[in-house]
Amino acid sequence: MEIKDIIKPENLVYRKTPLLTDKPLSYCPGCGHGTIHRLIMEVVEEMNIQDKTIGIAPVGCSVLAYEFMDIDMQQAAHGRATALATAIKRLLPDRFVFTYQGDGDLAAIGTAETIHACNRGENFIIFFVNNGIYGMTGGQMAPTTLPGMKASTCPFGRDTKIMGNPLKITELVANLDGTYYVTRQAVHTPNAVRKAKKAIRNAFEYSKHNAGLCFVEFVSNCNSGWKMNAVQANKWMEENMFPFYPLGDIKIPKIEKV
Amino acid sequence: MGELRLMKGNEAFAEACIRAGVDAYFGYPITPQSEVIEYLMTEKPYETTGMVVLQAESEVASINMCYGAAGAGFLPATSSSSPGISLKMEGISYMAGAELPLIVLNVVRGGPGLGDIQPAQSDYFQAVKGGGHGDYRMYVLAPSSVQEMTDFVLIAKDIAFKYRTPVMILSDGVIGQMMEKVELFDYIPRRTIEEIEKQCPWATTGKKNNRPRNIITSLDLDQYKQEKHVRKLMEKYERMEREDVRYEEFNTSDAEYLIVAYGSSARICQKTLDLARAEGIKLGLLRAITLFPFPNKRLSELAKQVKAILAVEMSAGQMVEDVKLAVNCSVPVEHFGRTGGVIHTPTEVLEALKSKFIN
Repeated sequence: MEIKDIIKPENLVYRKTPLLTDKPLSYCPGCGHGTIHRLIMEVVEEMNIQDKTIGIAPVGCSVLAYEFMDIDMQQAAHGRATALATAIKRLLPDRFVFTYQGDGDLAAIGTAETIHACNRGENFIIFFVNNGIYGMTGGQMAPTTLPGMKASTCPFGRDTKIMGNPLKITELVANLDGTYYVTRQAVHTPNAVRKAKKAIRNAFEYSKHNAGLCFVEFVSNCNSGWKMNAVQANKWMEENMFPFYPLGDIKIPKIEKV
Repeated sequence: MGELRLMKGNEAFAEACIRAGVDAYFGYPITPQSEVIEYLMTEKPYETTGMVVLQAESEVASINMCYGAAGAGFLPATSSSSPGISLKMEGISYMAGAELPLIVLNVVRGGPGLGDIQPAQSDYFQAVKGGGHGDYRMYVLAPSSVQEMTDFVLIAKDIAFKYRTPVMILSDGVIGQMMEKVELFDYIPRRTIEEIEKQCPWATTGKKNNRPRNIITSLDLDQYKQEKHVRKLMEKYERMEREDVRYEEFNTSDAEYLIVAYGSSARICQKTLDLARAEGIKLGLLRAITLFPFPNKRLSELAKQVKAILAVEMSAGQMVEDVKLAVNCSVPVEHFGRTGGVIHTPTEVLEALKSKFIN
């Protein structure tokens, strides 16, 4: 069988969504960001809402997210993505607005903006990528770094007596009246990827209800920051991150499934 | 003749925002400017013009809401007083970098730190010399009456879009709190989304098939591109200096001595002119209306005519540095001003002039 006999539409098992640009990703091999970018853009493509979707990039590893997603985007100051999204969604209420933020951006410097946007029940989506470390600045301790976990600013492991406890911000925002849909996902296996994509789709569909904020956390890895290879990082994530940050829906709308 | 009302300066600014077709106001309470958001929440423009009004969780959040709104092509306004403006400075730097229009009102109070809640002009450096980080400038208008708290909103709107830049209205507690007769301009409708997309083809309103995606950012990791971007910003500021300097003169035609002042201090100094003339001192006043760009050219001309210049401001001496730069040592320049929230009297100004230059 020749290669040309194989390249046929019926044999297509994967294609890159045209809503991801051709620019090579700036993320480390093995990092979850690329997969999460792809899933969000696939959902935007499938819902045919490219002309109605506005994204906000944070400060952190995904500061350049606008280079990879072929939609209108704004880049926010560190921690302030949800303030931008609040204004955009209120001025353009028929658009889909999402922020894409890491743990330092969302749960440390931007905690006030995160909690107040959630509590006001703003009608946009937060995609929160939690890998328990500051990746872009070189592996410092994050608000979500696990007890005992090593980072460059806690080189002997996070001592909670000195450095305080990791912040379970997703559980925290789920308790606020303004959040509509809160879920925690991962993208380390094909099965998890499928579930995560469904959660992303749910968030976009639910945001049509204008009934509050949709919050999707992805527990992710950082093999370079964690000083592991990609396989070790995923294994470490399953053994350590998931028990502390359990996957699954935390708050689902009291309506029929979309 | 427009509608006449008796209003506080802060209320006049808020009413002018509604009438000017400003799309959104994001604020946070702080004395002495809280009347701005109180007035807006009472007038409820979101039910009439559709203007969004929101009390944010902080000054930091409110300036970043302005960034988001402006990035989507809308004209946002915000206001605060000195400590709150310090918090907004990061966002203003980002907006200058990302080239976004903004109207920001500072109703200045005494500082540094929490200072007090009395009127002051001690935020001149912050407004004119940067305040936020990086190579940028802010167009700064200094009103000296409640009337100008309305009229300058229209100027600010024009400049904000002409240059795609933040514009500050640098007021103070006197003008924010006092009531005066105001003639209001007629309502200008807010732009439709189609008009916004035409006027601001760079705005993030949602990517249509007929154009590449729009990105609002102040980031460029390539230092050579970043330098090019800064040069482009500098060209805008040079153009402001050529085309949009504003000032006003009183009794300068035969003046032998000159006061340079702005805002409420310029208002006080108008009385000093009368007191001086009564004593036979030929005193003139140059009132800077734009603090950046500063009226350097006119000031250097007047320096050839007068014997000495007194910079009068409610601070320990900030604008005086720009006056000295403008006259380039051609005549003596001194500073006078009360600070920390104390307002000087016309007599104090005259006594200072006489003791520094005449007696």
